[in-house]
Amino acid sequence: MDSPILSVEDLSLDFHLRTHILHAVRNVSFDLYRGRTLALVGESGSGKSVTARALLRIVDRPGQMVGGRILLRTDHIELDLAPLAANSREVRAVRGARIGLIFQEPMASLSPVHTIGSQIDEMLRLHAGLDKKAARARTIELLGQVEIPNPAEMADRYTFEFSGGMRQRAMIAMALACNPDVLIADEPTTALDVTTQAEILDLIKRLQVERGMAMLLITHDMGVVAEVADDVAVMRFGKIVEQGSVDDIFHAPRHPYTKRLLASTLKLEQAAEVRAGQRGEPGPILTIRNLAKTYGGAKGFLGTSKFAVKAVDDVSLTLNAGENLGIVGESGSGKTTLGRLILRTVEPSSGQVLYKDRQGRDVDVTALSKSGLRKFHADVRLIFQDPFASLNPRMTIGQIVGDPLVVAGGHTARQIQEKVAELLGLVGLDPAVMERYPHAFSGGQRQRIGIARALALDPRVVIADEATSALDVSIRSQILDLLLDIQQRLDLSFIFISHDISVVRYFCDRVAVMHRGKVVEVGPADKICTAPDADYTRALISAVPNPDPRHKRMLHRTRFNPDLQPTA
Amino acid sequence: MTMTPSLDDAVLEDGPAISGLKPGLAPTSDAAAGQWTLIARKFLAQKLAVFCGGVILALYLVAALAEFLAPGLPDTSRAQFTYAPPQSIGLFTPEGTFQPHIKGYKVEIDQEALRRTFVVDDSIVVPIGFFVEGPAYKFWGLFESNRHLMGPLDPTQPMYLLGADRLGRDLLSRLIYGTRISMSIGLIGVCLSLMLGVVLGSISGYFGGWIDTVVQRIIEVVSAMPTIPLWLGLAAAIPLTWSPVQVYFVITVIVSLLGWTGLAREVRGRFFALRNEDFVTAAKLDGSSERRVIFRHILPSLTSHILAVVTLAVPSMIIAETSLSFLGVGLKAPVVSWGVLLQDAQNIRSISTAPWLLIWPSLAVVIAVLSFNFFGDGLRDAADPYES
Repeated sequence: MDSPILSVEDLSLDFHLRTHILHAVRNVSFDLYRGRTLALVGESGSGKSVTARALLRIVDRPGQMVGGRILLRTDHIELDLAPLAANSREVRAVRGARIGLIFQEPMASLSPVHTIGSQIDEMLRLHAGLDKKAARARTIELLGQVEIPNPAEMADRYTFEFSGGMRQRAMIAMALACNPDVLIADEPTTALDVTTQAEILDLIKRLQVERGMAMLLITHDMGVVAEVADDVAVMRFGKIVEQGSVDDIFHAPRHPYTKRLLASTLKLEQAAEVRAGQRGEPGPILTIRNLAKTYGGAKGFLGTSKFAVKAVDDVSLTLNAGENLGIVGESGSGKTTLGRLILRTVEPSSGQVLYKDRQGRDVDVTALSKSGLRKFHADVRLIFQDPFASLNPRMTIGQIVGDPLVVAGGHTARQIQEKVAELLGLVGLDPAVMERYPHAFSGGQRQRIGIARALALDPRVVIADEATSALDVSIRSQILDLLLDIQQRLDLSFIFISHDISVVRYFCDRVAVMHRGKVVEVGPADKICTAPDADYTRALISAVPNPDPRHKRMLHRTRFNPDLQPTA
Repeated sequence: MTMTPSLDDAVLEDGPAISGLKPGLAPTSDAAAGQWTLIARKFLAQKLAVFCGGVILALYLVAALAEFLAPGLPDTSRAQFTYAPPQSIGLFTPEGTFQPHIKGYKVEIDQEALRRTFVVDDSIVVPIGFFVEGPAYKFWGLFESNRHLMGPLDPTQPMYLLGADRLGRDLLSRLIYGTRISMSIGLIGVCLSLMLGVVLGSISGYFGGWIDTVVQRIIEVVSAMPTIPLWLGLAAAIPLTWSPVQVYFVITVIVSLLGWTGLAREVRGRFFALRNEDFVTAAKLDGSSERRVIFRHILPSLTSHILAVVTLAVPSMIIAETSLSFLGVGLKAPVVSWGVLLQDAQNIRSISTAPWLLIWPSLAVVIAVLSFNFFGDGLRDAADPYES
């Protein structure tokens, strides 16, 4: 192996916060080699992103570099970036030109007021010193290389005219504009749908190998690591706990944290054991008939009909008592809207939702009055996606969890407190946390609090809207196990909305796959995940990265192009 | 690849590495700290805002204790001391003994211009002291006293630390009395604006739709009015027979009737943002009524912002009072306010002979307005302690 192009030695970063100093990165060392990919894996707060940013010297205040060396070896010159001023000429010459960076959120990293082309032109004129015409020619060539169709025309478009995947392609074109020696990709596909993710990873990997760049891939997803990385460094609490080749890390992990991380990833690769052999009662508890929601489309001011979007298009589903029904789909498939339509926080345009209440009567939810709806909301509860936004930061945990009981009335303060303590115990939290505020808790703990609130009124159905997607993988399986455990104890039925196939496979009995507002396929979870009938489902399943470097799934995946499908 | 030898039996750390801000100092925790504790901590970290808060506090103390702090009464005039210049305080008499004192004046008459000029007469030493007896006053109109914080030991002697005006009245005393009126007109006006702004803003923001449209159009119409002519018009409608106190009250109402729009917009914007927050949806799904959602969940998230906006609205009220009085349509003598004091500095002649008449009242306005602005800015930055 030749000498590394970039070496990081003993890098340490401190964050001076109001209450304490956080040692975000502690003595981190790694090497990047030409043509190889090092994946820096870790859960949120492990310091992986800030490490990557330190390489470009773009750590924001209150972050501070307190030690270490960053050696960049290009053109036979060794340059240590660490002692240089963050905005010095030397560092600026390295940024973009020698080290390219791809961010997680392509919308936020591209300027909305300049065309894509002019942003890449600027890069080229600044670093490569090209004139206007040559820069544009190169830009078009680059956009072609990242497989943007009609590059000459697309260069004159604005960011908002691009889809998420296209934006990330443009971002990649920008990062590659000056032929960098090192490419840093900071969670490049986290904001993207799984099929788009597969395409982007494919593209990045191919370009990297073609150009012989060194790549540092920051990710939390072990599946992505297995698909693209050559070497892996596992980070936890600012330290690299284990470093090695991808095969060693996946098949012979040594550090207990690596083992745990892999175990929780692999656990989600099959159905949960508790679910085996357990099927709900055949009687449906919730029946959805031809539910639809159309946005826009009303007659315009002068009688012109406007463009209408069918967010949910003629969906019929049943949820049996005691069953876990998964709803899977990519962003924009209408799965979240479907959940909101069932609860009527969004009013359906047409269709019916029937709920069989405790007395066995059928209740037409779509026709309920305000007070009837309140009763329905006590039986059918929602768990939110974002554990930070869904808890009122100004109320204590006791107040948050007890709020539904206070509203329902008929409880003394003491009864409420006892019930809250019981609920907190149920979700695995110490009842003593009642006096604390949400900011004192981690994402996983907050999600537990959200679950406790959902359970406060003894519900029968829980709709979990991406309830685990904001959580780290190890926490994710804990929360799923918690939900399964609660289900056993309280006889609940779940509608589990998710974009994550593995979570649904682990948790659900039946799965409905949604695409562009329609349900394309409904079936048992293991069938959907192994032998789906619909072409779209097949493409979706095959795009999910496989956390095993010996069996890369993405290399032989099926692609789905809806425009080539015969319309039904 | 480097590898730590003891990897197989490595112990898992159970949290991120942290240490205290200074060696030996344990990291503090704010797990059980509520909204206001967090806001206070964030606010106290801003030195300038805290300092300005102190200045504001001092100004209100001055306003509260005006009678005691002022060396004299605001209305006592002495014709022989017209436009007398400021005196300075000396600590040692010419004989070398320690005695805080001010120098007396000697009047010289310029025979050519027939103008009187004051020169400091070193031979007259007026001893001064603290907690002296002086002109009698009624503190807050409640009880009589004649103690003053500072004054000449002999009450008949003149003391003009900031100079005198056209009628030989003490500017310092007038400025101190003016503080009471000028600083309180801001508060009362803002309280009225606050009520209008919060009520209309919340209604507009929570319900949206046509209600929002109506309220927003009203706001636009009100804020499109040219303020000064409107004030002039409204002030002109006040009957001349009314007492200064009545006039004062009506002026605050006029100023606040036009000042609520900014606050209403701010509240509406916050409502719009909060209405779609997950925790508000959660509250609705918990069965909370609309009233409960507004008062239990949305408004508590707004109070700190409202407080900040209110603080930023006070200076505009002070400025409004000053401009109105300066133009002669707001408060009028015998009421003393900073604006009324500035009326005396309306012509070139008085500015050239007695520049202190312009400098000190303007300085008071500038200090008060700037303090409120910096204080309000700090408050606004601290208002949302949960951001990032």
